[in-house]
Amino acid sequence: MSIASVFDIALVALILTIGASAILVRTAFAAVVMFVVYGLLLSMAWVRLHAVDVALTEAAIGGGMTGLLLLGAVARSRSVNVDSVRVGYPLRLAAGALCALVVAGLAIPILHPPEAIPTLAPTVMENLPPSGLGNPVAGVLFVFRALDTLLEKVVLLLALLGVWSLAPDHAWGGTPGLQVYARPDPTLIFLAQLLPPVGIVFGIYMCWVGAKGPGGAFQGGTVLAAMWLLVIVAGLQRAPAIGRLWLRGLLVTGPVLFLVIGLAGWVFADAFLAYPAGYAKPLIVAVEAALTLSIAVALGMLAAGPPVRAQQQ
Amino acid sequence: MSLVMDILTICAVSAGALFFLAGTVGLLRFPDTLTRLHALTKVDNLGLGLIVLGLLPQTSSLLFAVKLVIVWLLVQLSGAVVTQLIAGAVRHHGADG
Repeated sequence: MSIASVFDIALVALILTIGASAILVRTAFAAVVMFVVYGLLLSMAWVRLHAVDVALTEAAIGGGMTGLLLLGAVARSRSVNVDSVRVGYPLRLAAGALCALVVAGLAIPILHPPEAIPTLAPTVMENLPPSGLGNPVAGVLFVFRALDTLLEKVVLLLALLGVWSLAPDHAWGGTPGLQVYARPDPTLIFLAQLLPPVGIVFGIYMCWVGAKGPGGAFQGGTVLAAMWLLVIVAGLQRAPAIGRLWLRGLLVTGPVLFLVIGLAGWVFADAFLAYPAGYAKPLIVAVEAALTLSIAVALGMLAAGPPVRAQQQ
Repeated sequence: MSLVMDILTICAVSAGALFFLAGTVGLLRFPDTLTRLHALTKVDNLGLGLIVLGLLPQTSSLLFAVKLVIVWLLVQLSGAVVTQLIAGAVRHHGADG
């Protein structure tokens, strides 16, 4: 057995253990911590499978962003003491049965793989060069399945609308109540002054490099959102009021540009979301740049939560 | 020459792994939060530092080496800050706060 397979087996065992403890721990906070560790380990598994794009997304969204959202949910539910809430047995049984069903559905194709595993990978690689992209993942996202990508970004906006709609009437259009520390912490302020320049360059780089290597709008946008949230949490900058025009403008810039280019495809390239020959790469990079900004703002505002205070004039 | 480089790599990475082991033992065995944090920061700084140092002779380009060093510096920064924050929280609210 090679060292690599020993590592892989240890990694899988660790992922299963952490996954089990995320379910078994008693407090919601500990479960979220386990979930974040689970996400990071899972991204290592994706690296081992040579799916670096998925690994980056898993680490950024699955571990980082979702973990932050869940931590926010735990903090908000402190007042009702979520750990003492007991869920009835029928509900638990139903949840367990549904999870078992999903696992069984996944296990069947893995344990009994078909003779020839259906794949579109050769077709993708064959048709990638005309787009000018070097990263097949970006090719699938922005050329072959562009409609899915467009709708995915719209779903993100819908999720944000869902969070915002939790605002009480008097706070509508006001500022979100993201406040982790009661008073500014000098260490955190130091980090919030030191890290964002590095993080912003890194986020832009990830978006830019996405056309030819692992990276892309979602990963870059998440890094930018993290930097923004760091500055807000450290108290250097307040979360903006959700009624601000620039904020709403940035939120829709990416999807709107994507949609406009998609509609223009009807005129110039005979199909919705088709790119005119020779212009595919610049258009895709433009869409990715706009999407990165929109994703960063949307994720940042998602984590900041519903508005709680009326906008100060 | 490459033999010297390989020996350097093996020595430095092994020493780094030893620090990780020691840090993990410390995390599990030390009595309270502050001493456990103390053990952890050693791992971040020295353990990862030695592993990066050991990997430097194996890099194919200068850019790659610079990237490794940047990763080490960023981990050091996050390690130091997070340790300070946890220690601050422990001082203000006690170990279970």
